[in-house]
Amino acid sequence: MKTHPENFKQNVSKALDNPMLKVAIRRTTDNAEKKRSEVVNAFPDFQALREQGTKIKDHSIQNLGFYLRKFEQNAIANGASVHWARDAREASTIVLELCQKANAKSVTRSKSMLGEEIGLPYAMDNAGLNRVETDLAEHIIQLANETPSHIVWPALHKTREEVIELFKQHHEKEVQSEEIQDLVRSARGELRKKFLEADVGITGANFLLADSGAIGTVTNEGNAELTASLPKTQIVTAGIEKIVPSMAHAVPLLRLLVRSATGAEITQYTTFHNGPKRQDDADGPEDYHIVLVDNGRTKMLLEEEMSKMLRCIRCGACMNHCVVYKHIGGHAYGGIYPGPMGSAITPVLDGLDRSKNLAHSCTLNGRCQEVCPVKIPLPTLLRAWRAKSWQRGYETVANRFGIKSFVFFANKPILYRFLSNIAVKMMRLLSQKGWISWLPLAGAWTKNRDMLAPASSTFMQQYKKQQK
Amino acid sequence: MNNQNQALNVGLFVTCLVDVMRPTIGFAALTLLEKAGCNVTVPDTQTCCGQPAFNSGDDQGAAKIAKQLIQQFEQYDYLVAPSGSCAAMIKVHFPEVLQDQPDWLQRSEQLSEKTYELLSFLVDVCDYEPKETQLDAKYTYHHSCSGLREMQVTTQPKHLLSSVKGLDYIELKNSTECCGFGGTFCVKYSDISNQIVGEKADNVAATGADILLGGDWGCLMNMAGKLNRDKVSGSDQKISAMHTAEVLAGMADDLMQK
Repeated sequence: MKTHPENFKQNVSKALDNPMLKVAIRRTTDNAEKKRSEVVNAFPDFQALREQGTKIKDHSIQNLGFYLRKFEQNAIANGASVHWARDAREASTIVLELCQKANAKSVTRSKSMLGEEIGLPYAMDNAGLNRVETDLAEHIIQLANETPSHIVWPALHKTREEVIELFKQHHEKEVQSEEIQDLVRSARGELRKKFLEADVGITGANFLLADSGAIGTVTNEGNAELTASLPKTQIVTAGIEKIVPSMAHAVPLLRLLVRSATGAEITQYTTFHNGPKRQDDADGPEDYHIVLVDNGRTKMLLEEEMSKMLRCIRCGACMNHCVVYKHIGGHAYGGIYPGPMGSAITPVLDGLDRSKNLAHSCTLNGRCQEVCPVKIPLPTLLRAWRAKSWQRGYETVANRFGIKSFVFFANKPILYRFLSNIAVKMMRLLSQKGWISWLPLAGAWTKNRDMLAPASSTFMQQYKKQQK
Repeated sequence: MNNQNQALNVGLFVTCLVDVMRPTIGFAALTLLEKAGCNVTVPDTQTCCGQPAFNSGDDQGAAKIAKQLIQQFEQYDYLVAPSGSCAAMIKVHFPEVLQDQPDWLQRSEQLSEKTYELLSFLVDVCDYEPKETQLDAKYTYHHSCSGLREMQVTTQPKHLLSSVKGLDYIELKNSTECCGFGGTFCVKYSDISNQIVGEKADNVAATGADILLGGDWGCLMNMAGKLNRDKVSGSDQKISAMHTAEVLAGMADDLMQK
């Protein structure tokens, strides 16, 4: 079940009709907000850390080619094979071919939004591979045949009752009780043997370290570690913007990432993988591949404003703090990435014509920008998409006419004054006991709220009278 | 009072919403600025700051309106507006819409420097300390987003309100979360906006306050409209939405919902 951005309005109606959804989202995101705020306040100078993180990302992005080549050289020296993919199709084809070469039947995957972006789950299922999602939330999503609704908590829209039902239906052993511990135990038991059976393990990457060729992953369940170290073949898929010069550059970003995402100081597991098993190593993959994916990123690099989106470290703070996300949830957006960062990226990935509604589904309240650990001016980026939509004529005729007329009158003060005086009189005629409950041309407002009736004349009229 | 003896020349930008929907806010702003020792002029050709065009992506339209406003206000020492979002449009976004026109960009940057939201201007620039007044009521406060995040309107309103004796403050849950107005948003996505403001109205009602204060009539109109529509029939709870300036200017008694 996949939603699409061009169906945004239908997706929204569906989401708004589901009161449980809002409860589920609030439960997770409000808690995340609280925990983030506590940990940020406890940090000596979080604003300075944001500044540092932003500089590191900007520097890495501005020198993307240089650091990527350095990364490739070092990764190859470590014994890895490096593959370059221009777009989603190329990336998933490379991964599938590597799985075929490894004669894979069963493939474990740890949570990776890049994997979702390149359509890997779908491609693997189509190729007949036994795909095993090993992140607990992704496991739930896989059982439910859904897509993630949040980039950090993919199953945040699912209630506990729904999870119990799914586990009862799909897990081999019976779920012991409906307590959370037993649910986790059940998933653990189910997944453990699959980790051991897997022929190939696919992980994402939070960091690519140019000076060592290492890749860094952060998880709270240790599933990326088991995915990476048990199977004979490991494949890492990563967006090219994950590059940083060195470990010293990754650490400030790691501090920002975890604090902004979950409000913890550090994740349970923070691992840097460095190529295949060496001669004296006890374990590790024999075959180690890194697939570096562009998929629109170099296009973003060319536009000054949009290039700032390449700073994104996928922490999800923008959606946790987004009042619109809190009400409609991730699936309504219909792209791979939901919330404010998703509304900025989806037009690049899916085309503006298909996703023009997203930039407008924002009140421009600025909270996302305020909490973004790498200071991405998200409201500015969304407004820039609105400007592009306007230029390309995607705006409805009625809206265009409305705005153009408004601009016309606003530039003719005398006419404007005359019309606003009439508007006040009209509104007063339609009001009852000081309130207006129906107003022509403002149905979208009066459908759900009343309007406080204006005074008998405008400020300007009253002021002029006083001056005389 | 400002420290210099020379009065500051302030151009008051009333804003289109206040002009048409809530003139008392304009008069409250005028009163407060004069009490703070400013020499206030209200340019009579003023219309709107252009936010509806800007937020719809019509950069050309927004630029047209911006140029007109710059011409109307650049002669004053300060431009002051009783709205965080209109002030932010002028201060932050005019230079954005005029970035490709060097002459106008420079003029917009000069105007930007001297553009303020009313309450922060009274405290940060005028050092205004209002005379003690009396109002026996409980109020709660909604932080309007643009004022808070683009104009740094944070503690100034509450500082000024501390001069009003008998006025008790009750904290609003999620007071820095958007009310769902968002200008064009509330019309474009009226159903999302409705659920957001519905939740906000519930939080406001739960405070038990008599007055809901804020610094932007757009947000206040949104919340007041929802509170009135969803009012439980038979309930005698009456919450009057007001601009902070109206209370400070002593207009609250007349504006209370009776």
